[in-house]
Amino acid sequence: MDLDAVSVSLRLALTTTIILLVVAVPLAAWIAFTRRRFAPVIEAIVALPIVLPPTVLGFYLLVSLGAQSPLGRLWIDLTGRPIAFSFTALVIASVISSLPFAVQPLVTAFAGLDRRLLEAATVLGRSWFGTIWHVALPLSRAGLITASVLTFAHTIGEFGVVLMVGGNIPGVTRTLSIDIYDSVQAFDYSSAAVTSLVLLVFSVLVLTAVYALRRRGDRGWVMS
Amino acid sequence: MTIAAGLLAALMSACGAASNSSGETKPSVVEVVTVAAAADLRYALDEIIGLITRDSPNVEVRVTYGSSGQFLQQIQSGAPFDVYLSADLAYPQQLVASGSAKEAGLFSYAIGRLALWVPDGSQMDPSLGLEILRDPKVQRIAIANPEHAPYGRAAVQALVTAGVLADVEERFVLGENVAQAAEFVASGNADAGIVAISLVLSDPLRGIGTWWEIPETDFARIDQGGLVLTDTPGAWTVRDALVSPAGREILERYGFRLPQGV
Repeated sequence: MDLDAVSVSLRLALTTTIILLVVAVPLAAWIAFTRRRFAPVIEAIVALPIVLPPTVLGFYLLVSLGAQSPLGRLWIDLTGRPIAFSFTALVIASVISSLPFAVQPLVTAFAGLDRRLLEAATVLGRSWFGTIWHVALPLSRAGLITASVLTFAHTIGEFGVVLMVGGNIPGVTRTLSIDIYDSVQAFDYSSAAVTSLVLLVFSVLVLTAVYALRRRGDRGWVMS
Repeated sequence: MTIAAGLLAALMSACGAASNSSGETKPSVVEVVTVAAAADLRYALDEIIGLITRDSPNVEVRVTYGSSGQFLQQIQSGAPFDVYLSADLAYPQQLVASGSAKEAGLFSYAIGRLALWVPDGSQMDPSLGLEILRDPKVQRIAIANPEHAPYGRAAVQALVTAGVLADVEERFVLGENVAQAAEFVASGNADAGIVAISLVLSDPLRGIGTWWEIPETDFARIDQGGLVLTDTPGAWTVRDALVSPAGREILERYGFRLPQGV
């Protein structure tokens, strides 16, 4: 197994998860508690990466981040290096494509909270953010963990977008899933088999953890 | 608020660690050279890199293999490659013409050859030529995507020359690059393929199935050309290795013909 690819994948998944938690908590709270008419539109946009082919996202990102685009030019002016095919480009792509996996478990968790607790906190003088941070979030720990784990796992498993905006550069943008693709093309089936097995076991463990966590939240139904 | 600030700090440090980690993990004397190489070079270039590693231990070469046309698009979008090894000299020439790189960095390193290849267990005899592809028993024919892979384009030209394109094109399976097309044949998922000879002569594929060289007069010459994109000592080391006598000897062993007078 290519240790460089392990390192790229882990760094990417960790960075993406941290960024997404910062973004997803207020976004999910807004979605769960707002009464705005356009809320379904926002929900739909958040869910888009689940149904959209990764190539669509990859295409838009390439066009908007490329050296010819205004954003790409701005980035070159600021950092002196192009953004496409960099680790930063992978982070941007992963944050967008994993957004629903971070937001949706949190929305579910927030929506299931007892509103009276939130109202009490507001009545007692907590701000909106204060209520989310000090009351809603601690009560939604299972949702928070599910969101983190799914985001992390989905980022590890991302392939299409990563190949399009990252371009398979060893040590920089070659993630584990791309390493498997590359190994197969190199007729290196033994390496592909090892990496595939590792990812398979990893995915089973992650999903088992998520479902175990979900079960613990339920009281269950005991016949007596 | 303090927790939010803490998260932000953690985030910043994670990003920071991410952006300079490739430099951090190596001693500073090592110069990393990133190479975008046409997929037909996969094994030959690995051997040449072995030479570089032996003779210039301070240079670390990292290669991405793919189709030449895709690399052209990626380099134009700002992909951070130091050296571009295309299977078609026209692509690096295009980069020079558009001002992305200096003409001094342009070089020819090989002339590609094309094989008709059938996998183990096939009843087809490739030495009878491209005509065998008319046989309905050949259900899938692997070639590289002619849109952006020079070997795919050459394959289509050869089929046109043989007058069989119209009969066979609906049975094409397109690899993203010529190595993927070869993989389709090697795994037995395609019944025939038109691929680079450098791949059928490589260690993992040598001895699998049977192949026949498609006459070079049947398609436009596959002039493989390279380009030094960043004027760094490491990039020139890679270029020099490819055109060195030892490098040329390796390319020849993988079935490439060599351009004159480099």
